[in-house]
Amino acid sequence: MKFLMLVTLDPSRDATDDDLTGTLDVEDWVAKYDSAGVRLMGNQVRMAADATSVTRRKGELLVTDGPYAESREWIVGFDVLECADLDEAIKVASEHPMAVGGRLELRPFVED
Amino acid sequence: MRSDEQVHEALAQAMAAERLRIVASLIRTTRDWDLAEDAVADAAERALLTWPRDGVPRNPAAWLTTTATRRALDVIRRSGTERAKLAELGAQQEIDEQGGEERVDIGALTDDRLRLVFTCCHPALSMEARVALTLKVVAGLSTAQVARMFLVPEATMGQRLLRAKKRVANAGIPYKVPEPADLTERVDGVLAVVYLVFTQGYAGGAQPGLAAEAIRLGRLLVDLMPDEDEVTALLALMLAQHARRHARLVDGELVTLEHQDRSLWDRAEVDEALALTMPYGRVPGPYRLQAELALTHLRARDAADTDWRRIVRLYERLLDLHPSPVVSLNRAVAVGMAEGPAAGLLLLDDLAGHPALQGLHLLPAARADLLARAGRTDEAVAELDRATALAPTEEERRQLARRRTELS
Repeated sequence: MKFLMLVTLDPSRDATDDDLTGTLDVEDWVAKYDSAGVRLMGNQVRMAADATSVTRRKGELLVTDGPYAESREWIVGFDVLECADLDEAIKVASEHPMAVGGRLELRPFVED
Repeated sequence: MRSDEQVHEALAQAMAAERLRIVASLIRTTRDWDLAEDAVADAAERALLTWPRDGVPRNPAAWLTTTATRRALDVIRRSGTERAKLAELGAQQEIDEQGGEERVDIGALTDDRLRLVFTCCHPALSMEARVALTLKVVAGLSTAQVARMFLVPEATMGQRLLRAKKRVANAGIPYKVPEPADLTERVDGVLAVVYLVFTQGYAGGAQPGLAAEAIRLGRLLVDLMPDEDEVTALLALMLAQHARRHARLVDGELVTLEHQDRSLWDRAEVDEALALTMPYGRVPGPYRLQAELALTHLRARDAADTDWRRIVRLYERLLDLHPSPVVSLNRAVAVGMAEGPAAGLLLLDDLAGHPALQGLHLLPAARADLLARAGRTDEAVAELDRATALAPTEEERRQLARRRTELS
């Protein structure tokens, strides 16, 4: 099954004291799971200040700067993972360096 | 015995022995939790209709398995979706493997029950959902029974179970026994669910049925994982506490371990707990250490006969694994019993400023106990007043007040 993994940063969090044992450098993580066929795609995205929100209400297009909602955590990247199940996705996510510095959110694709 | 009594008896026995196995294997083949539970309930209903007429089958458990599996197949066939057809293949295979009603082997599907246990206790579910699913699907209680135990309306519990089952399906929670690398952690997760059920049932004012259900679950887990000592230890711990229930609460009054009438302890449960020892050469985990603490008390003829030095050592090993101010406090009291109250009071002084103990009755109650043993009655009474003001339940307040009357 496919998972969207949202990579988020909590700007109020200070991760300098964290124990990084068992997490890979992000380049190593990408290389490991690209070659394993687990990571289908992914990228960093620019910070919330560079976001644009688009809505259409009663035929009227509204374009605003900034993210959709004020959120304590900022989305800084995403990956699409192909995993057997949630347990495998959790293991893959747990090795990402942002599991320590930020937070990873796993969203399963809706599949028929 | 009348024949319909025989039917009920045979059905109850077969359901107790086989329900979980059948539900667990049907969940694996159909991926449909409600269908699996409904098919078993349906088979039991059918037994009540046909067994009085045709006689109890030679192997009632196998009859239930086959009838429930066929029932599930019927439902799947009528639903006719693509996913259902895949499930049908698995379910049909299940019937073929059983060899119809002649199935006697019960060992091969043991894994399905474990799969179900680990899925119900998956860390991606909320604790509330884990407890509800475990009691409903593993223990086999009705939604109404689970609702009563947690004092919520049946509809609320029904919703909670529905959401939990949906989440299992949608979040990608697998139906499997965890990988060896994750096993210890995941077993701990299962034990935490069972022990939570137990303590909910054991605490004052809660539902005593929960403690019994937790012990039943504990026995099942020991059957499924006989080599995991923490599993055995949790059962021993629960039995050791449960065995004292009639001595602990007498006419609604809480009685401390020291003053309990030990003849009121449940002998069968004491003996069962004492037999659940750790195999030689293992390193004790936290449940084993807690079980050994409880068993050390069970082995003593009376409070004075208790091996307090062993209890001190066990608390120290527990502290090595999980530093905790409450365990430190218990250790200080045990030191007070082993080496005299002054030594214990000295250790309690070190804990006086601990933030986690502020506002709790535990520290003044422990100080009162050791001060009384040291003959410092006035100070003990003052600490008891402090503890009584902070105690969280009426039973504990009354127990502390009684202690105060005895002293002054």
